[in-house]
Amino acid sequence: MTVDATLDRLSATQTDAPEAPGEPSRVDLAALYRDSGIGDVLAELDRDLVGLVPVKTRIREIAAHLLVERARESLGLASGAPTLHMCFSGNPGTGKTTVALRMAEVLHRLGYIRRNHLVSVTRDDLVGQYIGHTAPKTRDVLKRAMGGVLFIDEAYYLYRPENERDYGQEAIEILLQTMENQRDDLVVILAGYESRMETFFQSNPGFRSRIAHHITFPDYNEAELLEIAERMLATMHYRFDADSRLAFSDYLARRIRLPNFANARSVRNALDRARLRQANRLFETALQGRAPTDTAALTLLTAADIRASRVFDERAPELDFPRAGHDTPPPDRIQNT
Amino acid sequence: MRITQGTFSFLPDLTDEEIGLQIDYALRQGWACSIEFTDDPHPRNTYWEMWGLPMFDLHDAAGVLQEVKACRAARPNHYIKVNAFDSTRGFETMRLSFIVNRPADEPGFRLNREEGWGRTQRYSLTSYAGDRPAGERYGATR
Repeated sequence: MTVDATLDRLSATQTDAPEAPGEPSRVDLAALYRDSGIGDVLAELDRDLVGLVPVKTRIREIAAHLLVERARESLGLASGAPTLHMCFSGNPGTGKTTVALRMAEVLHRLGYIRRNHLVSVTRDDLVGQYIGHTAPKTRDVLKRAMGGVLFIDEAYYLYRPENERDYGQEAIEILLQTMENQRDDLVVILAGYESRMETFFQSNPGFRSRIAHHITFPDYNEAELLEIAERMLATMHYRFDADSRLAFSDYLARRIRLPNFANARSVRNALDRARLRQANRLFETALQGRAPTDTAALTLLTAADIRASRVFDERAPELDFPRAGHDTPPPDRIQNT
Repeated sequence: MRITQGTFSFLPDLTDEEIGLQIDYALRQGWACSIEFTDDPHPRNTYWEMWGLPMFDLHDAAGVLQEVKACRAARPNHYIKVNAFDSTRGFETMRLSFIVNRPADEPGFRLNREEGWGRTQRYSLTSYAGDRPAGERYGATR
């Protein structure tokens, strides 16, 4: 991470190159970096999000760029307000929404948006149902997002080529106009699956040129998914033992190859189902008149809880049709985030 | 005659930047802004026309300012004010209200004196612009 190294070197050299008072042609980048508190946000990003290396690198680059932009501005080097609109593309469950929330904070710390708030919308919130309904609806949403970040999830639904009288086009026009004219009031982040975003941009070339940062979210590998699972369990006060950890990595290895795999979201769903099975198991042992349940038992997901999953069932390799029963994994919904 | 109603009305007209700061203050207090306009600014006329609905879900002044500008463009010769409504229990009323647009030419009001029974003097105000129909009082456009 070259940017990281640069920032580190900046904080190192800062002490031996003190700022001469009244010298207008120099600026202390390291001080700017410290004052903005951006380091904390980036460190938090590194700590809280598993994997996503290209995304983190890109965010660091953007942060560094904006910081340098600030420095240039203070020296009177005109460069115009930078375009900050972004596009997050990636498969389901790769953390697009989570990163968008962090992005709002990064931009807020750097002073490029006035408020640390994010308005998350989908097509339903922007496009109206009848003629003349769309424009006020879209403007209303834009007004609500002013000063912060507008996050449009599954943005490609805005454009429906199969229906030429679709009102989505109207919303797109208003959006583009605002993105261009009120660049310092609003940052728009589009998100969606990569292939469909590509088609969307092809049919709306105006969008592509107005978006400066296209960030692609890679899929997680098994090790990363396992770490995500452990973190999810930790926040829910559950835990794996050695056996069940092995079982879960087994589960992941199988699940990744199945259709409708949705990365971290599939992990969450799998854990939810394991928790159901654990509850059922605890209940049954309790009814058999065993010793009272203790904390260790209540927090532990055993290998059996995980291996009961239908993914391990060799007779039913296809998971497209959910069967009845609590251990049936519903197919992860690709359409929804 | 310059009309003095609401907050800041004895000050020179606020610039857009100052209006934005005032709106920011109102939003910080958790008040909801709304915009109203009229061409009948009689002091007893408390019911001005609403420009859109009150904006309950805004966090930033830019949205309100956008509406102020839209209202100005549509009603350049009207009085326009921004209201900030406090929904806190116990208040539930307007906490701040200031004029953000006024017609270029304000003819003002005439004081009418009416002789009542037993030399009682009754007073009333009549707007010089009020004789013309609504919409044409302070200029030709709308």
